[in-house]
Amino acid sequence: MTSQTHIPTLISKLTSETQAYIENNAISQPMMVGIHTGGAWVAEQLHSALGLEIPLGKLDISFYRDDFTRVGINPQVKPSQLPLSIDDKHILLVDDVLYTGRTIRAALNELFDYGRPASITLIVLLDRNGRELPIQADIVGRRVDLKPDEQIKLQGPDPLVLVTSEVK
Amino acid sequence: MKRRNIQLDSDGKLRHFLSTEGLPRQMLIDILDTAESFAGVTEQSVKKVPLLRGRTIVNLFFEASTRTRTTFELAAKRLSADVLNLQIASSATAKGETILDTLANLEAMQCDMFVVRHAESGTAHFIAKHVAPHISVLNAGDGSHAHPTQAMLDMFTIRRSKGDFYPLNVAIVGDIKHSRVARSQIHALTTLGVHEVRAIGPKTLVPDEIKELGVHIYHDMKEGLRDVDVIIMLRLQNERMSGAMLPSEHEYYKRYGLTQEKLAYAKPDAIVMHPGPINRGVEIESSVADGPRSVILQQVTNGIAVRMAVMSMTLGRSQQSQGTT
Repeated sequence: MTSQTHIPTLISKLTSETQAYIENNAISQPMMVGIHTGGAWVAEQLHSALGLEIPLGKLDISFYRDDFTRVGINPQVKPSQLPLSIDDKHILLVDDVLYTGRTIRAALNELFDYGRPASITLIVLLDRNGRELPIQADIVGRRVDLKPDEQIKLQGPDPLVLVTSEVK
Repeated sequence: MKRRNIQLDSDGKLRHFLSTEGLPRQMLIDILDTAESFAGVTEQSVKKVPLLRGRTIVNLFFEASTRTRTTFELAAKRLSADVLNLQIASSATAKGETILDTLANLEAMQCDMFVVRHAESGTAHFIAKHVAPHISVLNAGDGSHAHPTQAMLDMFTIRRSKGDFYPLNVAIVGDIKHSRVARSQIHALTTLGVHEVRAIGPKTLVPDEIKELGVHIYHDMKEGLRDVDVIIMLRLQNERMSGAMLPSEHEYYKRYGLTQEKLAYAKPDAIVMHPGPINRGVEIESSVADGPRSVILQQVTNGIAVRMAVMSMTLGRSQQSQGTT
């Protein structure tokens, strides 16, 4: 089964809600960080739509995963790149799909190994059911309910496409 | 049937790292790529990742070493593993315990990895053959046989400054005969597919057999260094030198010591490497070792990332492939 969602619509929704969020919370100079790979794609589009001054950061959470002993290491891990110190910065953390919450847990741990941010706001393209940790997004493109054996994945980068499939 | 490489598990993943010989090219590339991503960890304010939290790594050093042991220890600690340092010469074997007894005891203490250095060739292989299925063994130097992590950190250093391996001419200078580093470098360089590997040194220290590995032998620095992109100097290993293989230190320096003058024979952007510890004024001139073309200290830094890569690759295999099934 394959279903597609119009990504540009979701991105513009995220853009206007993030813009409102920044203004309502009087956040100055936010630093956007995308989680590798899908989150970074979404973050690239959001970052340019919002015209943020601080360059985009990218996070690869492979070294912080909790299933390392089960799946092993992937040699194609991209080094995380944060443009400057995150101390006292307002971080806009971006991911493609929020599911169990484990990726965000790992990302938060990694961010704190780089410093002490003033705040972290979570922005996700898609929020699906199936949370295993007490983690929620602040800004959501769309919520979907899927069966446990269904999987949704962002493919890209050009164009970005959401693909639903059944887990084998 | 092809003999199974003891270094790989049934899924073809790296289980032990004993030698650069006989590993597929992609495996070496994977090590370099993984190391590249670990290099970023040292830029964090907390220079640590939780990958190997709860694992225990034992440094089993039957032969003295400072740099190698320290970088293995740092690599393990940056992966959040617990580290045990054992100087065996001064410990159990002195009381008559065999290596296998020592290992059995460490296994009983639930250790996950042995990093082994021994003056005798083949010790790491021997240990790898006898350990329990969940344990990985890393060779940190065995006799004059192999020193694979040193070779890989050298490959990493070369790739970082030169990019591609294919066009490179690499010269290894000095005591090739006694050097486990040289042997591991030669296997890695040929597997990675450099244009040419050269060995430069006196006849007594450059064995003819290495021609079979595809190495070109030179006995003159001027000829050997022509068009070279990478110069790897080896330490003159006085403690390994038995009998009169050399006329004198002074004579050796005159012919093979890397001076500014001899460095000019190589390409203008050639880099200078050395596995350390360096003998200033014996195999290399101070101004070359400390000069702008030297990447000797980068080699040390890179050693940590490369050892982190090998540790996480061997300990991070899925549990199903850890030999129990």
